[in-house]
Amino acid sequence: MIKTDILIIGAGPVGLFTVFEAGLLKLRCHLVDALAQSGGQLTEIYPKKPIYDIPGFPSILAGELVENLMEQIAPFKPGFTLGERAETIEKLEDDSYKLTTNRGTEINAPIIAIAGGLGCFEPRKPPISNITDFEDNGVEYIIRDPELYRDKKILIAGGGDSALDWTILLSDIAKEVTLVHRRTSFRGALDSVDKVMELAQSGKINLITESQVVGLNGGDKLDSVVIKNKEKNEKPIDVDHFIPLFGLSPKLGPIGEWGLNVTKNAIEVDTLDYSTNVPGIYAIGDINTYEGKLKLILCGFHEGTIMVQSAFKRIYPDAKLSFKYTTVAGVNGFD
Amino acid sequence: MASIDLIKKNTTFQLMDDIIKITVIDREDQIHELEAPTDMAMSLMEVCRSYELPVEGTCGGMALCASCHCYVLSDHELHEASDDEESMLDQAFFVEDNSRLGCQIRMSNDLEGLQVKLAPVD
Repeated sequence: MIKTDILIIGAGPVGLFTVFEAGLLKLRCHLVDALAQSGGQLTEIYPKKPIYDIPGFPSILAGELVENLMEQIAPFKPGFTLGERAETIEKLEDDSYKLTTNRGTEINAPIIAIAGGLGCFEPRKPPISNITDFEDNGVEYIIRDPELYRDKKILIAGGGDSALDWTILLSDIAKEVTLVHRRTSFRGALDSVDKVMELAQSGKINLITESQVVGLNGGDKLDSVVIKNKEKNEKPIDVDHFIPLFGLSPKLGPIGEWGLNVTKNAIEVDTLDYSTNVPGIYAIGDINTYEGKLKLILCGFHEGTIMVQSAFKRIYPDAKLSFKYTTVAGVNGFD
Repeated sequence: MASIDLIKKNTTFQLMDDIIKITVIDREDQIHELEAPTDMAMSLMEVCRSYELPVEGTCGGMALCASCHCYVLSDHELHEASDDEESMLDQAFFVEDNSRLGCQIRMSNDLEGLQVKLAPVD
């Protein structure tokens, strides 16, 4: 089991900067994030967008800000568990928490800081009423192993890069590939679009445009999908697998079931120290809410800074904490 | 009488110069008549949020989520959707020919009388 002082859920900018402020108080941090890389939304959705309201930076690209934060916190040697979603928490006898991820990784800490931003990014599921009946039984939102589709009939829905890329790759593996897209044009990389058009012309894949998947049929497993075209005509297509690829959307996820007070997908906190209603659990950044809340990175930095002071007092109730400026004390990292 | 009417009209015109009236139909088919300022660079998403209509605006207005997806019902000529907006609509559900992202519709005087309906959320 991994042990640390502050377990931070969410490796976005606020989670990352909290490592720095905790480090100044000699507290160690471990971060967990459902995404495979650090940076949260900044890396996942807008790495190339400039941000103009980070104090001291007239303009900085979101991706650069994350790189800088990683450099800034490096002396404090944070641990990372990436690509795993924080799933359950359990309170141990010593009042500390044990968090278990969806892949079974266990992390123990006296303090949990939820810096989960918008929540965890999960695949967008098409609004088909019985879709959950076939999940992992013919419906997959993420392709983990292309070999699963060898000699199978598959249908991919979507018009972005991942729909195009997987159509191309699986056209060599699967018995039959059908790509269904809502419009006639595709927004993906030009090369991929050309390649898909070529495959369609040569009859290697079936390309169905101006259509959407509206129904699923089957018993124990998926047998066919129903597609509806612009003229509202429906027709079934026999398939073994249906792979909807519509990108990721953020959901609060399992955190919503931890007994925290939640309003409109945000965790209520006390602005004194950004603590939640559960002792030892704090919430900072976009995921929290309080009167006057602004969802800004710079406000999240402030919240993390105030929060670690309270965390220190909780971990060391008898120790005296003297506040020192980095200009006076410098940054003394961990060995 | 004519002169009084004229003054009234002028006064009204001056007061309402930077405000337009728009209609938003929510997901329960409730009709909301809203007044939207046109001199504050506000988007339709932001106007809906300021009236506390159920529009999340998760990404903050960068056309990176579809939580402000709506259907434009009136025949106003809107500017063409950008690549970012189109690509987001490609990932959204319940998309129709008149689908737009509210965050990409800037409030301006020529949108007086705009009518939109909020799209279902996935």
